[in-house]
Amino acid sequence: MTATVPPKAPTFLGLPTAPRGVGHLRGEQSFPDAARGALRDGQLRANLGHATSTIRGKRARVVAELPDWEQLREAGRALKAATMARLDDHLEELERQVTARGGVVHWARDANEANEIVTRLVLATGATEVVKVKSMATQEIALNEALEAAGLDVFETDLAELIVQLGEDKPSHILVPAIHKNRAEIREIFARTIPGVDPALTDDPRQLAMAARAHLRERFLRARVAISGANFGVAETGTLTVVESEGNGRMCLTLPETLITVMGIEKVVPTWRDLEVFLQLLPRSSTGERMNPYTSAWAGVTPGDGPQEFHLVLLDNGRTAVLADEVGREALHCIRCSACLNVCPVYERTGGHSYGSVYPGPIGAILSPQLTGVEDNASLPYASSLCGACFEVCPVAIDIPSILVHLRAEHVEAQQKPTAEAIAFRGLATAMSHPRLWHLAQRASRLGRLIARGRATLPNVLPPPLSGWTRSRDLPTPPTSTFVEQWTREHGGTQ
Amino acid sequence: MSAREEVLGRIRTALGPERVVPAEVARDYRLTDGRPAGDPELLALLVDRVEDYRATVLRCSPADIGATVRAALDQGLGAGWTAADVVVAPGLEADWRPAGCDVDDDRPPVQLADRAASVTAVAVAIAETGTLVLDGSPACGRRALSLLPDCLVCVVTADQVVGSVPEGLARLDPLRPLTMVSGPSATSDIELQRVEGVHGPRTLMVVLAG
Repeated sequence: MTATVPPKAPTFLGLPTAPRGVGHLRGEQSFPDAARGALRDGQLRANLGHATSTIRGKRARVVAELPDWEQLREAGRALKAATMARLDDHLEELERQVTARGGVVHWARDANEANEIVTRLVLATGATEVVKVKSMATQEIALNEALEAAGLDVFETDLAELIVQLGEDKPSHILVPAIHKNRAEIREIFARTIPGVDPALTDDPRQLAMAARAHLRERFLRARVAISGANFGVAETGTLTVVESEGNGRMCLTLPETLITVMGIEKVVPTWRDLEVFLQLLPRSSTGERMNPYTSAWAGVTPGDGPQEFHLVLLDNGRTAVLADEVGREALHCIRCSACLNVCPVYERTGGHSYGSVYPGPIGAILSPQLTGVEDNASLPYASSLCGACFEVCPVAIDIPSILVHLRAEHVEAQQKPTAEAIAFRGLATAMSHPRLWHLAQRASRLGRLIARGRATLPNVLPPPLSGWTRSRDLPTPPTSTFVEQWTREHGGTQ
Repeated sequence: MSAREEVLGRIRTALGPERVVPAEVARDYRLTDGRPAGDPELLALLVDRVEDYRATVLRCSPADIGATVRAALDQGLGAGWTAADVVVAPGLEADWRPAGCDVDDDRPPVQLADRAASVTAVAVAIAETGTLVLDGSPACGRRALSLLPDCLVCVVTADQVVGSVPEGLARLDPLRPLTMVSGPSATSDIELQRVEGVHGPRTLMVVLAG
């Protein structure tokens, strides 16, 4: 990011996308450039291959247990679609209910505003440190950086987030941000960064988890302010929920005096009953468990139980621009399970960092470009083979491949200068609509046989821009005669 | 314009003047398990699912809950535990409490971290997912009580055991602070291999009566 970029990204239907210069939605490199490095990293590919195949197996087993899985998926999809159609009403109701139960609701147009609100709220408590529950929304807006700039110490408490924070790394997966690290690498990070850690610490996952417990225990007990995200916010009752495994979420949601929850506006659900669908879909899709170890739900403030000061920050940051796209808005249905990452052949090979955004994988490839405007993440809609595995596992049946194609079209239309590909296809269209030109072109292609010198594929000698195509693909040698020529020869007829 | 008005205005712009509101969502998934609460098959299913999370279940008759809670503490803490190690929810049935144990009051919640074990009731148990739900009532206690001591003993009575998630949620009051517990705390953050015991109680003992 440089100081020369305009403060606001361009808009969709006049609705602002997530602003440039703040947050983690844009990478420094395009997807293919970033992926090139990742593809050379054998350790990364081994770690990812091992982890994603493990989770795919677990998910498949627990999904197969439910005879009504497809009905649940369809209900999840329909509930999200119905929610989006009345998003304004549901958010106003959520605000009313949270306020009625002693919470304070704040609205944030974008990352900068959300960061300002949270920083101000933390500073007002007089606390100098905060504990955090893993949250995609706060990652997206780079809240930690904003709090640190204000002189506050921020402690991530989810094990994988802790690994990323201690290793000064970036998250690479929605559910398991440190999925790219194996146990030996994690052991090394802990041994190097945790003060007073037992030097005899091994790479046994149980021992590593115990080291994290010991490291964070005292911080939980002294914390005065916690920051969380929310998986669901129930409009009719003002109930917020956090779905987690380790108990770090419960520590943060229960012990501090002040709780600040940052929630994307699309996380609202109309009724408590709707959770009967999502609490079945999410854990099975996410960690491959029948239910995650802990789900916390709270409505405002409860005297004598938990934080006595509760703030809910409702975040837009480009979500309304996504909502404005009738095809693309389905990306807002995402419940952040990460099943699409785990089945994606592209993600499995390139890893999450290649996507440049906190939302990697197939869902990231449709969400990030819409949140930022497609021109700021133009390579992501192409970061897919369109195999459709993501659509098949998505618990709310988001048609990711169709949205990818939609965004590709949007990107092509937005090009001011025609690309080589566009010119080539325009030429092809002309040739194909003029039979004589078409047959001439086909015969001309036979010249390729000269450089093939009898081999089945052409050597890599084509000049730019054609060399771009053959850099990672074989171009078959043109045949001696075309199909039409053969047909004419064997069946007669005129060309 | 305030941020609130602006965000709401953007939503209205995005949805357009003639928004299409879909019809009522069809709930044609299973709304009930088909078996009534407390059905012996549901109790067996709950045991299977809770044990799958590597929690321990001790079954007993309703008359033997007190003795079984003590047996659970023997297993969870080792036989040498004393009443001072254990803190119970203020509304827990008197018969279920170990003699002389500490009863939670309005002390600062972090002081509960000094206790080795806590004993609570539950509001509902969901057999299919092996989930116990605590609802902040006097019998379940405040949230910190079931969080800070390293061993959690939950007493479940047969009538509280339902089959499915929809039946479980229907029994709950979403205005109360709720904690759904499915096994001991766990993580899959290292190579997606599940490890039990991180920040929450590392030992979960379930006393199932009936």
